Amino acid sequence: MTDQAYNFAYLDEDTKRMIRRAILKGVAVPGYQVPFASREMPMPYGWGTGGVQVTAACLTPDDVLKVIDQGADDTTNAVSIRKFFVATAGVAVTEATADATIIQTRHRIPEAQLTAGQILVYQVPIPEPLRFLEPRETETRKMHELEEYGLMHVKLYEDIAKHGQIATSYAYPVRVEGRYVMDPSPIPKFDNPKLSGNAALQLFGAGREQRIYAVPPFTHVVSLDFDDHPFSPSKANHACDLCASNTSYLDEVITDDQGGRMFVCSDTDYCATRRAAGHVGALGTPQAAGKAAQ
Amino acid sequence: MTDLSHTFAAAADKPLLQVKSLTKRYGARIGCADISFDVYPGEVLGIVGESGSGKSTLLSCLAGHMRPDQGEVIFETATGPRDTVQMGEAERRRLARTDWAYVHQNPRDGLRMGVSAGGNVGERLMAIGARHYGGIRDKAIDWLGRVEIDAGRVDDRPSAFSGGMQQRLQIARNLVTAPRLVFMDEPTGGLDVSVQARLLDLLRGLVREMGLSAIIVTHDLAVVRLLADRLMVMKGGHVVEAGLTDQVLDDPQHEYTQLLVSSVLQV
Repeated sequence: MTDQAYNFAYLDEDTKRMIRRAILKGVAVPGYQVPFASREMPMPYGWGTGGVQVTAACLTPDDVLKVIDQGADDTTNAVSIRKFFVATAGVAVTEATADATIIQTRHRIPEAQLTAGQILVYQVPIPEPLRFLEPRETETRKMHELEEYGLMHVKLYEDIAKHGQIATSYAYPVRVEGRYVMDPSPIPKFDNPKLSGNAALQLFGAGREQRIYAVPPFTHVVSLDFDDHPFSPSKANHACDLCASNTSYLDEVITDDQGGRMFVCSDTDYCATRRAAGHVGALGTPQAAGKAAQ
Repeated sequence: MTDLSHTFAAAADKPLLQVKSLTKRYGARIGCADISFDVYPGEVLGIVGESGSGKSTLLSCLAGHMRPDQGEVIFETATGPRDTVQMGEAERRRLARTDWAYVHQNPRDGLRMGVSAGGNVGERLMAIGARHYGGIRDKAIDWLGRVEIDAGRVDDRPSAFSGGMQQRLQIARNLVTAPRLVFMDEPTGGLDVSVQARLLDLLRGLVREMGLSAIIVTHDLAVVRLLADRLMVMKGGHVVEAGLTDQVLDDPQHEYTQLLVSSVLQV
């Protein structure tokens, strides 16, 4: 280490130990927001400083890292964080979900089933699910402590009163193991069912807010709802135009000024894997004939 | 939703709330000192006094918003009498959203201004575990009707309501879970007289109909004359006179009470 300008995975060992302690506490109390001494990272707040610190604390030289942003491996945020860890930790990186041991994600859970031993690290902008309902942090902590979560349902009530249905479509509040109400970070509510009973360890890091929380493997996670308005995960009613998948979460892409649009999987690795296996969507071209239409 | 309001009517011979030598000091100054009284089920107790006499301090101590320095506040819970000063915060807050209600002077303190009227009324229901949207909404609309707010306003925010409507909405929001004891801090303050009269009329009806016990803090003698069975007069943090409302108001003994009664303009 002496010949390098910085420690393995950028953070010094004391900082990593402090973060690991917060992670262990989070794992021991699923859904509980553990405060930690978040460091300044060489990227702006909002770009995943919390997730990067959690990833740095979890990385070992043998790990294989995958970074996704809204499901995609090739967007700015994902590419820069991946490069950051290649430069500071020298770990192997991959785009294949199945090959990765640590996956840092912004706003998505990969479509492929995660397996035991994998760690999914979420970037969290606002960890407090009650923030916009009760602005006082002292009060929200008390509400968590005393399990006073009626207010969370007031938000869902307002949704139905205004829109006729629960219109919250991302950062949909969940209850972890019947105890803490948790903000699952701004993942679409389509992904909420994957939080529950997942074989991978799920860690959530909020850098600016200085909070870490966790959902250990095979934890029971329930999306809040009403008896007569049950939770329903939603996605665009369409098939992927590249890989013809009917079950993946889709992005709508505007292709011209005449109203042209296409729906593509937001999980690029999932889409590429399916196309390589020979699936062709309505606007795609067979993989053998060259690159699929982008 | 089961209606709990009449379950405890049989226990009318036992006091619902016993206050024993309650004292709250602000440093060297006295908030309220050595106050003892009982409230029986179905009884409305008025507390009057000038500004700074310790009325609101007393009410805050009773409702658990403030911790008294000395004394006991024993409430007859479903499982027997309990000292609410000594009980844990979780339990006290549970009481505060089930058996108790608190009507603030300014409805903005008691309402969520960014949430619709229906959501405001439904909040207490959801806080105690109601999870059926249709049921919550029906109950909210029912309660809006009971406080004379048009059912068509159920999705409007309180900020679109007049002051009188906001106060009535606050009352609906508090009474929806059928509490047994209601704390009211100047419920008619800041309203014009005709609206006050309607609100008092409404409150009197609800209190009688639901068999509520209430502690009403006010400096308006007309309010206690209309609502309260018994009256306590406070001055300088002490109770100077107590008794049946009509008795105290028609035959005041303490000089401050005499001053208070004679200060009211006879129209």
